[in-house]
Amino acid sequence: MSVATEVSGATETASTRSARAERLRLLLRSPTFLFGMFVLLFWIGCALIGAQLVPVDPYADDMMNILAPPSADHWFGTDSLGRDVFGRVITGSRDILTIAPLATLLGTVLGTALGLVTGYFRGVIDDAISRLVEAVLALPLVITALLALVALGTSSVTVVVVIGLVFAPIIARTVRSAVLLERGLDYVAAAKLRGEGSAYIMFVEILPNVMPPILVEATVRLGYAIFTVATLSFLGFGIQPPSPDWGLAISESYGMINGGFWWTVLFDALAIASLVVAVNLVADAIHGVFET
Amino acid sequence: MTVDSVVEAEIIPIAPTPIVGVVPDALTVDNLDLAYRVRGHDRQVLRSVSFRIGRGESYGLVGESGCGKSTVALAAVRYLPRNGHIRNGRILVDDRDLMSLDDGALRQLRASTVSMVYQDPGRALNPSLKIGRQMSEIFELKGESKNDSFDLSAQMLMRVQIADPLPVLDRYPHQLSGGMQQRVAIAMALSIDPKLLILDEPTTGLDATVEAEVLDLIAKLRGELATSVLFISHNLAVIARMCDRVGVLYAGTLVEEGTTAEVFHQPRHPYTVGLLRCLPRRGRRKDHGRLDTIPGFLPAPGAKITGCVFAPRCGLADDHCRSVEPELYKLGFRRSRCHYHDRAPDLPRATPSDLPTAVAIDRRQQPVLRTTRLAKTFGAGDRHVRALTDVSLELWPGETLGLVGESGSGKTTFARLLMGLVAPDTANSIELDGKALAGRIDSRGPESIKALQIVFQNPDSALNRARSVKNLVGRALAKLAKVPRGQRMERLLALTRAVRLADRYLPARPRQLSGGLKQRVAIARAFAGDPRIVVCDEPTSALDVSVQAAILNLLADLQAERRVSYIFISHDLGTVRYLSDRIAVLYLGRLMEIGPAERVFSGPHHPYTEALLSAVPALDGQTRDRVRLEGEIPSAINPPSGCVFHTRCPRCLGDICRKVEPPLLSADPEHGIRCHIPADELGRAEA
Repeated sequence: MSVATEVSGATETASTRSARAERLRLLLRSPTFLFGMFVLLFWIGCALIGAQLVPVDPYADDMMNILAPPSADHWFGTDSLGRDVFGRVITGSRDILTIAPLATLLGTVLGTALGLVTGYFRGVIDDAISRLVEAVLALPLVITALLALVALGTSSVTVVVVIGLVFAPIIARTVRSAVLLERGLDYVAAAKLRGEGSAYIMFVEILPNVMPPILVEATVRLGYAIFTVATLSFLGFGIQPPSPDWGLAISESYGMINGGFWWTVLFDALAIASLVVAVNLVADAIHGVFET
Repeated sequence: MTVDSVVEAEIIPIAPTPIVGVVPDALTVDNLDLAYRVRGHDRQVLRSVSFRIGRGESYGLVGESGCGKSTVALAAVRYLPRNGHIRNGRILVDDRDLMSLDDGALRQLRASTVSMVYQDPGRALNPSLKIGRQMSEIFELKGESKNDSFDLSAQMLMRVQIADPLPVLDRYPHQLSGGMQQRVAIAMALSIDPKLLILDEPTTGLDATVEAEVLDLIAKLRGELATSVLFISHNLAVIARMCDRVGVLYAGTLVEEGTTAEVFHQPRHPYTVGLLRCLPRRGRRKDHGRLDTIPGFLPAPGAKITGCVFAPRCGLADDHCRSVEPELYKLGFRRSRCHYHDRAPDLPRATPSDLPTAVAIDRRQQPVLRTTRLAKTFGAGDRHVRALTDVSLELWPGETLGLVGESGSGKTTFARLLMGLVAPDTANSIELDGKALAGRIDSRGPESIKALQIVFQNPDSALNRARSVKNLVGRALAKLAKVPRGQRMERLLALTRAVRLADRYLPARPRQLSGGLKQRVAIARAFAGDPRIVVCDEPTSALDVSVQAAILNLLADLQAERRVSYIFISHDLGTVRYLSDRIAVLYLGRLMEIGPAERVFSGPHHPYTEALLSAVPALDGQTRDRVRLEGEIPSAINPPSGCVFHTRCPRCLGDICRKVEPPLLSADPEHGIRCHIPADELGRAEA
């Protein structure tokens, strides 16, 4: 949009609004973002206070009332232990919404550091780390995580660490390419010319300018992390019983579908889908605002 | 806008045009109001602009960036961006109303009547098609056969003085130099034999000698073809050379119009007057006094304007100007949109011309900087580029050394070597205050880091966009001047005021500042540690003329106050001459000439310097006896033998130049010229 830059570039303070406020304003006008955020906040709210709100204790089993279809008492029916499915769906986001963001955060922090170092120093460091990154990128996420969990034993910490480590190179690659653009700019030379150290230049000068792509990549990764945690739980290596986790619930009940007990699986599956879609909608909207 | 201007546009007589009478104008723009719609609001960018271009006439549009020049050009082919729309007025191309044409007719018009040449030929040509293919397309569209089209393309290239067109046709755009690309673009534009040719800054990205060639070519083609030309440029001198008539645009308003000679010699609008005064002309130098400036800023696009659009920046403005918009007053064959057009030439100076106290330069002192056979080779193995070869020079305290040369001459490499951003080929080739300076910045001590600072060409790149002005300058004070936290604010204010930056800009971020303000921040940062030497790498080339003058004044003032030495790099000889005490001319990484500024300009000078000087178009529009360089700047990977300039030198002596590299001979003790021709003979031939 050459014309727009010509028009806005010439004046003293054509835009007094800061870039951040402008982006936020654009985000709040995007229906994609608003809808995604609405669903996401709903699940976050459920994770935080859902346990207090649900009418029936999601952990309480009722052997007299197993696999009951949806009714006024049990809106989503009960599962094979007679637990209230509605309560379990509402509170089921708690573990996944702890583990997935933590894993994403770990991956983002590690990946950003790696990307800054490789992009800034180039040369041998870059070559060595970049080859390593490419090797990790070739690993299939779920299978790697599965092997690690089998070897190290199942625990939430392991899930976070494994997903974080697998994400780091992916984020590093994005950060590196952004840093490569930045380091060619004269402000980096100017910083060297007043005797700044490499760490200062990387983390104080360059980092704020590569935040937009990092933010975009992190939200995209969050979607994948949720998906991966749900998959691992389904396979029995993620979140452990008696948590009301969705993936876990599906894995416990999918055998019942043939018996016509669809409510034991459907609502959990819908919940996972809605959360992943919501995160992806948010990621999409952020991408749209930052990358144009 | 007034009703008068509508009427006037239709009845106004035009200065003598080659063909008068029933032949329709090539372009008539009548009372054009145009707006861009940004976030639901219309921002008006053109306000009742009216002008016409007669048959065979060349019309120039000048103005600073953001004045709407390119918008006029785009409107003239109805190729506005989607958010641009014409609110009022008419555009007639060859007597056809552009607005009434349907898509088919519009395409037909673009294919047969109007063509356009853009600023950057590298982006205007299709990178994935060979030149022959993309040129032939034009002829094939007109119904020629494939073979004929190819032959016609070759003929067109001959027309734009490409003597051997076949190899060019077989190349991709990236395999051609910038000058060659622009010739191809011009050839393509002329292929349809257009009635109107629009040239939008066609030489802005080109080197001076190449620019001169392209301008010569356009002038010659105009003589051969009866094409009318709309020539858009920010460069007044280029317009003066190329155009019969000129219109001056300011903030989307045509403020003055007339024949080029009249407008540039007796301007009748304060903006034109101010613009002309901003230019360092006729050998003006810093010790002749400050340049005049135009205070204030261009109004924001779409700003509500009452009265005269220029009034807030005009020294003649009074309440009448601020409340009543002036009409386009008719003055003979010219027009001026100023109530006081008769008084315009008496516009009071915005900047007093009082001399900054001249710095006495004592050459018996030790030079602050000395380079000895400074050289830099990039790359390794058999593909190495000698970016700089054996440059030896000295710089004294308080002095400005101008560094001139075309792209690839090694100017920027020289700057980067001094700064320690790249290491020289041999250690100890740079001395600061008589002491050897480490090659790389990492191994330099804090004192030498402080002593050498730089102002980069592009402030957008040089200022970290995430930081506020306060932070940018404050960090430099902390790091370079080691100012303790308690005194920092005080020193910060002193420094930003010294670069004439108002306090209210301190919390602003770079994107909220204009180009000139950004460059002031960069200058403040460079001066934070009281440097001995500041390298100015084309500090004004990204700025408009009026802003450039203010920055040049600032640099001269700071030098007078602080006795700092400058290495001033520029391709613009006018600004170099204004600021420099001595000048060094580089070509292909070699020092071709060095000496006091006046002597380098007045001669005797090196044939290359001579060519550079005569390539600069003069504002008086007169064509001097030009020294034209043949061919392309050779590649630094494989530089010519002997004298590197012999392949393009108009005064090449023959074998000696081809085989023996000439020494840097002294015309007099202070003036060295690298040429086999003796200095007195160099001087004689020019006289």
